[in-house]
Amino acid sequence: MDEAVVWLTIFVLSVFVGIEVISKVSSTLHTPLMSGANAIHGIILLGAVLVTGTTDNDVALVVGLVAIVLAAVNMVGGFVVTDRMLQMFTRRKPKPAKSAASDGGAA
Amino acid sequence: MPTWVQLVYLACAVCFILALKGLSGPKTARTGNLVGAAAAVVAVIVPFVYLDLDHVPLMVAAIAVGTAGGVIGARKVQMTQMPQMVALFNGVGGGAAALVALLELHEMAPHSDDVSWFTLAATAFTILVGSISFAGSIITFAKLQELMTSRPVIFPGLPIVFGAAVVAAVVLGVLTVTGPTVTIGVVLGLLGLLIGVLLVLPVGGADVPIVISLLNAFTGLTVAAGGYVLSNIVLLVAGTLVGASGTYLTMLMARAMGRSVTNILFGALKGGSTLGAGVASDRPVRSAGPEDIAILLGYADRVIIVPGYGLAVAQAQHTLRELVDVLIARGTKVDYAIHPVAGRMPGHMNVLLAEAQVPYEQLVEMDEINGEFKHTDVVLVVGANDVVNPAAKTTPGAPIYGMPILNADEAEQIVFMKRSMRPGFAGIENELLFDPKTTLLFGDAKDSLGKLLNAVKAL
Repeated sequence: MDEAVVWLTIFVLSVFVGIEVISKVSSTLHTPLMSGANAIHGIILLGAVLVTGTTDNDVALVVGLVAIVLAAVNMVGGFVVTDRMLQMFTRRKPKPAKSAASDGGAA
Repeated sequence: MPTWVQLVYLACAVCFILALKGLSGPKTARTGNLVGAAAAVVAVIVPFVYLDLDHVPLMVAAIAVGTAGGVIGARKVQMTQMPQMVALFNGVGGGAAALVALLELHEMAPHSDDVSWFTLAATAFTILVGSISFAGSIITFAKLQELMTSRPVIFPGLPIVFGAAVVAAVVLGVLTVTGPTVTIGVVLGLLGLLIGVLLVLPVGGADVPIVISLLNAFTGLTVAAGGYVLSNIVLLVAGTLVGASGTYLTMLMARAMGRSVTNILFGALKGGSTLGAGVASDRPVRSAGPEDIAILLGYADRVIIVPGYGLAVAQAQHTLRELVDVLIARGTKVDYAIHPVAGRMPGHMNVLLAEAQVPYEQLVEMDEINGEFKHTDVVLVVGANDVVNPAAKTTPGAPIYGMPILNADEAEQIVFMKRSMRPGFAGIENELLFDPKTTLLFGDAKDSLGKLLNAVKAL
């Protein structure tokens, strides 16, 4: 099989998987889901490392380092902010006994 | 590439699928996010292990800088400003993808005869769409942060400039395939920036979240194309997953607002919207003081709270929760009616109220609560406007026409807590404010809620 066709196959199957796995999401989780997906595409950091680590051109090195910084912001910031959002959803599971003490922190 | 590396990459790709699956269920969401984060970290470490990379100290430093920036941004941001933070993170990701593709083009250009046309096309796609996503996200950030007007920005000839830029981008894309040079790539990137700006400028404030989601999907596809160019399976799978789920999520969000994606992007260009001027109306309304409202609420059997973005801006969620607790203690049945797009993004209000530790059972979704308004004594609308605007049902041509709304107008009494008579984010007047059943309580939400709380306690 032609290598390009292999890649195309992976691409097409991933499209279906991508739609299928989130098809039952409730509107409550739309924002965290978007944010989490946003963090996942921060994996472009891997691509930035691959091209920057193999270049011998000074300009390319600088551009590559900029790409690494941007991608790291996307990836790390994305996962951290998603976790912060989701923390608030899960915190009420054990249903804290509405203590006045715990209110102060969030305000 | 060693077999173990390929297997690790396969495991990472599977983890991203599990992460998305986890994120779409309330019980598994947090674990899902952590699984995704772990896979991302592993995938980034792998090339440092198996490749003999140059510039390792510099790259590690760059990762450290980006990580610090991301963590600080993510931790410091107020929950009310979270949508623009997501937009910003998305934008820098798109920008990074475009830069990576430019660097690949720089590598490939000298020996482009050995490179397949499809690889060159994917490179051009990554440069163009990554730049669109970057510039578009920056504009959405500026709109949400109110660094610029949140109203649609249109100038004469915008469709022509936009069309010309798209045609030029396609031509440059073809040139990238036939005779690639870095210069063409740079111009293509600049065109992408222009297209991104022109794409988002005409979008009205209320629709911006949907555009963020769309640009998120764009960045996903960009990363997927970058994965093909670099022959990296993790980038391809992760990017495609985000591109596909992001596109689907965009359609789900648009449906929740009763809009179509084309209408959101190009509606303002067609001149189809009847956006108001955004000025305060001087028509007569009935307003009252906190003591009067306290009596209304204190002796009601059934109260529904409609919280909106204004509540969160005033940081009044905690005071509101105290008020509700007092009312419940007095024997009133109180629920919060949560519109799917209350706040700035779908699900945003749930996050904001959860932050104030409002019990989950008191948050009722629109479909469940809409039948109850007609048996409700008082609806208290705090900092919301568009989500109870009957124009969505009655005024074809209004920007929010067709959006499902909370039937607050069916209740016996409606109390609006507002700072001023300025219209909501969609920029249109709300007829409900002038309804004889409606009373307005002017002032800052936190301030007014505090006074209301004291007045109810004093009853």
